[in-house]
Amino acid sequence: MEHRGLGLPALLALLAPCCCAAPGPTLWPMPLSVKTSPRLLVLSRENFSIYHDPSSTAGPSCSLLQEAFRRYYDYIFDFNKSQLGPAKRNSAVELKQLLVSVVLEPECDLYPSITSDESYTLAVEGPVAFLKANRVWGVLRGLETFSQLIYQDSYGTFTVNESNIIDSPRFPHRGILIDTARHFLPIKTILKTLDAMAFNKFNVLHWHIVDDQSFPYQSVAFPELSNKGSYSLSHVYTPNDVRTVIEYARLRGIRVIPEFDSPGHTQSWGKGQKNLLTPCYNGPKQSGTFGPINPILNSTYCFLSQFFKEVSTVFPDQFVHLGGDEVEFTCWESNPEVIAFMKKKGFGRDFQRLQSFYIQKLLGIVSTVNKGAIVWQEVFDDHAKLNPGTVVQVWKNEMYPVTQAAVTAAGFPVILSAPWYLDWISYGQDWRNYYKVDPLDFDGSQEQKKLVIGGEACLWGEYVDATNLTPRLWPRASAVGERLWSQQNIKDLEDAYDRLTIHRCRMARRGIAAEPLFTGYCNF
Amino acid sequence: MAGPGLWFSLLLAAALAGRAAALWPWPQYVQTSESHYAIFPYNFQFRYHASSAAQPGCSVLDEAFQRYRDLLFSSRSWQPPEPARKQHAPEKSSLVILVGTPGCNELPSLESGENYTLTINDDHCFLLSETVWGALRGLETFSQLVWRSPEGAFFINKTEIEDFPRFPHRGLLLDTSRHYLPLTSILDTLDVMAYNKFNVFHWHLVDDSSFPYDSFTFPELTRKGSYDPATHIYTAQDVKEVIEYARLRGIRVLAEFDTPGHTLSWGPGVPGLLTPCYSGSHPTGTFGPVNPILNTTYEFMSAFFLEVSSVFPDFYLHLGGDEVDFTCWKSNPDIQAFMKKQGFGNDFKQLESFYIQTLLSIVSAYDKGYVVWQEVFDNKVKVRPDTIIQVWREETPVHYTKEMELITRAGFRALLSAPWYLNHITYGPDWSEIYMVEPLDFKGSPQQKALVIGGEACMWGEYVDSTNLAPRLWPRAGAVAERLWSSELVTSVDFAFKRLTRFRCELLRRGVQAQPLNVGYCEQEFEET
Repeated sequence: MEHRGLGLPALLALLAPCCCAAPGPTLWPMPLSVKTSPRLLVLSRENFSIYHDPSSTAGPSCSLLQEAFRRYYDYIFDFNKSQLGPAKRNSAVELKQLLVSVVLEPECDLYPSITSDESYTLAVEGPVAFLKANRVWGVLRGLETFSQLIYQDSYGTFTVNESNIIDSPRFPHRGILIDTARHFLPIKTILKTLDAMAFNKFNVLHWHIVDDQSFPYQSVAFPELSNKGSYSLSHVYTPNDVRTVIEYARLRGIRVIPEFDSPGHTQSWGKGQKNLLTPCYNGPKQSGTFGPINPILNSTYCFLSQFFKEVSTVFPDQFVHLGGDEVEFTCWESNPEVIAFMKKKGFGRDFQRLQSFYIQKLLGIVSTVNKGAIVWQEVFDDHAKLNPGTVVQVWKNEMYPVTQAAVTAAGFPVILSAPWYLDWISYGQDWRNYYKVDPLDFDGSQEQKKLVIGGEACLWGEYVDATNLTPRLWPRASAVGERLWSQQNIKDLEDAYDRLTIHRCRMARRGIAAEPLFTGYCNF
Repeated sequence: MAGPGLWFSLLLAAALAGRAAALWPWPQYVQTSESHYAIFPYNFQFRYHASSAAQPGCSVLDEAFQRYRDLLFSSRSWQPPEPARKQHAPEKSSLVILVGTPGCNELPSLESGENYTLTINDDHCFLLSETVWGALRGLETFSQLVWRSPEGAFFINKTEIEDFPRFPHRGLLLDTSRHYLPLTSILDTLDVMAYNKFNVFHWHLVDDSSFPYDSFTFPELTRKGSYDPATHIYTAQDVKEVIEYARLRGIRVLAEFDTPGHTLSWGPGVPGLLTPCYSGSHPTGTFGPVNPILNTTYEFMSAFFLEVSSVFPDFYLHLGGDEVDFTCWKSNPDIQAFMKKQGFGNDFKQLESFYIQTLLSIVSAYDKGYVVWQEVFDNKVKVRPDTIIQVWREETPVHYTKEMELITRAGFRALLSAPWYLNHITYGPDWSEIYMVEPLDFKGSPQQKALVIGGEACMWGEYVDSTNLAPRLWPRAGAVAERLWSSELVTSVDFAFKRLTRFRCELLRRGVQAQPLNVGYCEQEFEET
């Protein structure tokens, strides 16, 4: 055995107590099928490359892949610069190349969508490994997996087991919600979150971009919305910022779904758009405060038409999130004009019907600009007539499987978030609770279960900004990431703990300040 | 009743001078008005008064002047302003510091005075203190008084402050065993402690999980007991750096070497130190607390604490003594025999007492005082009357207020930590609960109350490392800092919320990753690097 390269630090590391696990590949989220052999291949920074297979439909003109090749080369080799140099052992076969082959039309310049094919196969044998996928989206997922297969042995040598992996996600919608209204998040923080999402095979950034507290989205059609409604003029997302986020996400196979929540949660809209919100009354007089969007005025719908026309062009995804949660009726109730309108429409005192009236008009507006809609569960609960295909996001924790059953029984697709409100922190390993959830654990037919398109981990922003977002999100959201990607039978908590401990160190190495699961350390 | 009157004057102060409302922790006496003075970064300086006992060359203050200049104006160079802009307010071109007693090269201690007065009026811009430590506190307050106009000009209001801490021991515990904290995390924490007027860094150096303290007497301890002896250790140089960095900020370093429990990481480096556990008549291969029945144990402890006593210059050491698990001792036949011989019967608390008493006499011989966790008191270990007992258990064996009562009734000095375990996190603004704790809220005579020397915020490390330490600590620990510094009458959560919200924005401006208290924003947000 050759001891070249065995320095004192490495020797001492061997003596250290209960390190992490033995070195070896640690995959997160767990792929559909993994076969690994004990046969080892070695790689070196100098000799290894990632390139297009000649049979691939994609080539060097596919900048999405070119960027991904460079990114993953860096993740594989760069994050451990301080380690010892290559110490190739004579007996081991060297892995020289990863050849990437796209089979169908690659979709290099498209945006990912709910139907994007993310499946891939990975065959790691010396001297050349093959990554094969129908589309570039599968290549991105496969590159992440490939990078996770490689580890440094105690000599510092980059090592990979011969492996065969077949993989595809269990659910097509795997999201993270960020809230940039309660606290503004700098673009850098959002981009970093997208990086970490890719490490966990998330594919949707649900951007809850505005709310009561602030309106940071800079609208071209209505610039006063952010001029007056943002926290300050430096707390805004310019069109260029938004484009940056969307393109950065696209390159990682991540969809950006903006949420413009209405008619409630809209206090900040009122500052820049006169007469949009309902004036509240105190007896016969206006109180000077405002409630939800005023649903009885034509001018409201003119505004919404124009506004969502802009939104539909700025955000390329097929879906827009329209909110619809937690509408407070007291202000509507206080307003005599609203009451008169209700009477005229025959709604009586049923303000849910007024809310439905509003939502249906809004859904109509959005469908005329050819967008699909996602709404919070209240919109379904309140019996608004929804267009078929409207996606309902379930967020209320109480008896959420009953809600899932009801929504799917009515034939609507469901996104599950109720058990995954990551802003609710507690002492200890709450990731285990997120991990134990099964999104299909409700009473319903096979057809109903098929309507569950995925889930989202939500990090609402009341107590979260750029100072604490990253350690609060990771690795807790990773638990949701695996639940949504991996098969139902991947649920062994102790195995998950071992893998996630190492996965969090990997994220930390890649510059994501992911917090620890428990006592211990990262081996770098 | 003084409460409402003082509260009114606080409100008045806040209303009169919005700028003073940014102070954290709130000083004992503040009077301020709307009239203000201009400060120009290009020429402003901190100066020693001619009759000050500290003069140029005083490391503590020289460095503090530099630090606070940078905090106020950043380290860029400034040009003189346009003459037109100079006119609208009278100028203050220096803060004059007068320190009563020398002591620039000393270490802060439990007895160090920290009082100061700050006078900013037409005739003076003056900071007076008995000690350099008081001057440090006054400089921090001064830095919180300076404000900037929207045009970027600096001002300070006419202000009179007399200030002193309510408690002399205002500590923060960091745990570098469950997770190793890089030196930079510790130093950064010391900076923020100074901003909050904390004055004790309780360094829980080692525990079951790892032994990062690099002992020169017993190098095997880290070689075998640290997570990674190449990277996850504190060398003698690191320790010196921490102590000096803390000293320059008026902060004591209280080192804790917890025994006889919480010592698993000591075992690999010192064979025979830990108790072998038994299953029936066979050793199981696992180990329990320090073995209290062997002479070699005490020989080791003598040598080890001789080193520790010289490495850590503070008069006090923390000797731990918490959560000793008796099951392993119970299983060991040699210990059973020893218990019999000593006449302890089956009372393992007596064995624990035996160990602790022997350890305390060792440490006493090195002219050190000591702090211990409350179990040492609960288990009726005979300790020196000047021992400091730290209360950490919230409910058992009794509620912590009762525990404070019992400890002080027995005549011991007490430190409160039980309600201030900042590693316990919950959703929402938990800082207000932390803030509303009153350390003297227990039954007892004035003499008993006088035995409460302060308290500590504890950030245990099971779920904390450098990735999440700063936002988890700040500004939550600030609530403890104000409770320990300010008057017992400063209890309004609304007033605190306003000031703490602004203070956390000031922390962001100073580069501290302090998390938000609630919705809102700061002019300068935290930017990832």
